[in-house]
Amino acid sequence: MNTNKILTIDQLSAGFGQAEIVKKISMAISTHEIAALIGPSGCGKSTFLRCLNRLHEENSEAWVNGEVKLEGKNIYQEGIDPVHVRSQIGMVFQKPNPFPSMSIFENVAAGLTIRGIKKRAYVSQVVEKSLRQAALWDEVKDKLKSPGTSLSGGQQQRLCIARALAINPPVILMDEPTSALDPISTSKIEELLLQLKKEVTIVIVTHNMQQAARISDQTSFFLMGELIETNNTKQFFTNPDDIRSENYISGRFG
Amino acid sequence: MMKYTQRKIKNNFMKFLLFFLTLFAVIPLAIIFFHVIRSGFGALNYSFLTSLPAPIGQPGGGIANALIGSFTMIALASLISIPVGIFGGTFLSEYPQGKLSSSFSFVVDLMTSIPSIVIGLYIYAMIVVPMKGFSAYAGALALALLMFPIVVKSTEEILKLLPQNIREAGLALGIPRWRVILSIVLKGSIPSLTTGVLLSIARISGETAPLLLTAFGNQYWADGLNQPTASLTVQIYNYAISPYQEWHQQAWAGAFILLMTVFIFNLIARGILVKSQKDSR
Repeated sequence: MNTNKILTIDQLSAGFGQAEIVKKISMAISTHEIAALIGPSGCGKSTFLRCLNRLHEENSEAWVNGEVKLEGKNIYQEGIDPVHVRSQIGMVFQKPNPFPSMSIFENVAAGLTIRGIKKRAYVSQVVEKSLRQAALWDEVKDKLKSPGTSLSGGQQQRLCIARALAINPPVILMDEPTSALDPISTSKIEELLLQLKKEVTIVIVTHNMQQAARISDQTSFFLMGELIETNNTKQFFTNPDDIRSENYISGRFG
Repeated sequence: MMKYTQRKIKNNFMKFLLFFLTLFAVIPLAIIFFHVIRSGFGALNYSFLTSLPAPIGQPGGGIANALIGSFTMIALASLISIPVGIFGGTFLSEYPQGKLSSSFSFVVDLMTSIPSIVIGLYIYAMIVVPMKGFSAYAGALALALLMFPIVVKSTEEILKLLPQNIREAGLALGIPRWRVILSIVLKGSIPSLTTGVLLSIARISGETAPLLLTAFGNQYWADGLNQPTASLTVQIYNYAISPYQEWHQQAWAGAFILLMTVFIFNLIARGILVKSQKDSR
């Protein structure tokens, strides 16, 4: 645990109205690692993830307490613009969601062009680089002008990863990115994540324990809004510290 | 347990019943359609489309001024209602929380159900009387009031169909909410928004009552937008209630033109929608 911590979360609570979904969670995530968040449905792991780029607060009645530090700077500090935070922490969602009526190219470029970066040579260079990073370039380089929605589910999800990469964030959050995909597309994305972690830090929520075990460096186990255990992935799946973690991974509940 | 053949018979019976009832609902439409074509198409010729109505007793005459009048008023009404309606509908769909949104939604719902003759009366009292005359402005305004709630509602419904996670994907790229709405939500819905707008135009092009009280009608070309203006629907009405056989013929011909216009608008609207659905597959 002597690596550089890119994200440090301190006493983070969040919820909607009266309900507290995430309860006083503290953890740290190392640079260029894949951190997996696992736990049964409704355990608060998705809400927790959405607090890390301040997307949670876009819902009505949502609230957040505590600190999330990106490279030492609290993103919840007063005066910090959530829009700026989100440009530094990318996100990929459960269902592939390319923008409708936009071509493959426009989808990847959207984060730049909509925010006013329009220099054509620069934008096409970023689009190609991002599509290469997302291992999609070879499949789409001849049809960059076709609609993003014309791709298959797995390709669409890699398109969404390319779109997130295009604005060059140091951290990317992923909310069950493969749960809507077939096994082959899933393994492609897993391979991709292992490549990507050389450049970005990835926080991934997954329902699939094998997936967490296969790709992550650190695993955190959530239960009823609380963080039960954060551990080195190997350690977590072979010799967890907490009895509840052991019960969960051995399939006794959840 | 029911036997297989028994179940099959029951299924076929229900299928036939549904088919029959659907047919029953479509028959009146088909009858109207064919009747209008049969009675109207005969009276149709080039001079009918390009000349003014003829005075009583003279043969011939046409609907040129009514066509232009209708077009002008519908265009003016669209100019007002489409932008305002789309922004209103966007507000309802994108900012649904809060008192402002729910009361606006309530008012729009009320507007949709106001009888068109009441809107005509209202414009008559508020515009025609103070301006001391019927005008295309008043007609356009009445049509705009009818069109506005339709555009708002269709925009709201269309934008609500867009999955929430598309908006979140935009926000997650560090794009401010207003830009997400403009460049992703609205831009991504252009085909279906166009369809909604075309249908709302088709919907108001058949209105007669509000125009009768606001644009009134005119046997000649109107000298300006502040003059009484002919419209296709009012012209059809005037011809239809006249006692002359030849004018009845012209009413049918006018009805044929109106029906075809609405029909074509609907076809285009449908075409755009089908094409956009194909593209996104």
